[in-house]
Amino acid sequence: MTPLTALLVRDMRIAVRVGGGALIGVLFFVVVVTLTPFAVGPDLALLKRIGPAILWLAALLASLLALDRLFASDHEDGSLDLILTGRAPLELVIAAKGLAHWLSTAVPLIVAAPLIGLLLDIEPPAQAGLVLTLLVGTPALTFIGAVGAAIAVTLRRGGLLLAVIVLPLTVPVLIFGVAAANVAAGPVPFGTPFTVLCALTLASLVIGPFAAAAALRLDIE
Amino acid sequence: MRVNAVNLTCRRGGREVFAGVSFQLARGEALAVTGRNGAGKSSLLRIIAGFIRLAGGRLWLEGGDPELSIAEQAHYLGHLDAVKPSLSVAENLSFWTAFFGADAHKVQDALEMVGLGAIAALPAAYLSAGQRRRLSIARLLAVKRPIWLLDEPASTLDAAGRGRLTDFMQSHLVGGGLILAATHGALGLSGAQELSLDRPAHARTAETQHPAEAAP
Repeated sequence: MTPLTALLVRDMRIAVRVGGGALIGVLFFVVVVTLTPFAVGPDLALLKRIGPAILWLAALLASLLALDRLFASDHEDGSLDLILTGRAPLELVIAAKGLAHWLSTAVPLIVAAPLIGLLLDIEPPAQAGLVLTLLVGTPALTFIGAVGAAIAVTLRRGGLLLAVIVLPLTVPVLIFGVAAANVAAGPVPFGTPFTVLCALTLASLVIGPFAAAAALRLDIE
Repeated sequence: MRVNAVNLTCRRGGREVFAGVSFQLARGEALAVTGRNGAGKSSLLRIIAGFIRLAGGRLWLEGGDPELSIAEQAHYLGHLDAVKPSLSVAENLSFWTAFFGADAHKVQDALEMVGLGAIAALPAAYLSAGQRRRLSIARLLAVKRPIWLLDEPASTLDAAGRGRLTDFMQSHLVGGGLILAATHGALGLSGAQELSLDRPAHARTAETQHPAEAAP
């Protein structure tokens, strides 16, 4: 096993075991979406209109939930020091950890999205669009969040700071994700916002690991 | 392979922790770093491991793999044991051997050597502080790296554990390894140099420990 696959496997294992937080994200997502009809009322037309936006917001919050542990747990138990003495570049280590985080928290959420979308009267064609935008857009959330997680790594209760740092940066992803998911309702063609969403994700995949590695190296001192 | 340090200076939070620290360490040699609390023993090891930036002086490696930094050829054993409670004892060690690119089949041997072979499948959450330290030490045995940076390696070990640790260090030195250890007590290694961070700056160079002047 190469160093990076070993890290990926370890992080996935920890995520699905007791206290790992992989399933907490999905449960949180489901609960937030389920609460919406209670708050908005039984107006199906309204729910259908705001449905994709609600699902995207819930996905954004759920992906933030476990993100503060991305580097903090490794920092607290000394694993991060040892990772730095490894021969794998820190940028790739962060990419592997980000991928493990995305696989264990975002993928279950994407699987749950079409089912929970039924509660908001989202119809099959719109569901497909929604799943596709979540699939493409959530890696951007993870990798933008990784930068925040790296900055907040040495702080107790860093999760609060993390949310304040990360949420404003996710605005473009939210705008284009929801715009693409809303395609059935809106006049904009699907391709335009979806391509921008893809671009945002690709950019964050490239910039995120480098920015997070720079922040981590400063934090370790 | 030789680690050279000349006039190292360490600054933490704007305060100078130590200055003028020099030593040379060649294959088969050990250096015991001593000093009062806060003298900078851990900081010195963290500087050598590359976690803290050097505020002054020079640190370089002669010989060894020129493509790799000192940290990439070193094992760092700090106060924290880097043990994940939700993974089993063997899974913890297997991860580090794979991450450091060593053979997986050494895992069980290393666990036997530190006396954890019988509980390899136990979740690490149930380990005591001393057992966690033994698990960390097993990492040094499973993955071969020439430089060992040990920060109070014996602090939580029992007498038997200390004895084993001394044996491991001794055989590492015989195999051509280098050991830098921060310690309060005696290392138990014959011929180890001692570097005291308490002495005035001009006298802070490593010297061979003679039985007469060794710390009681």
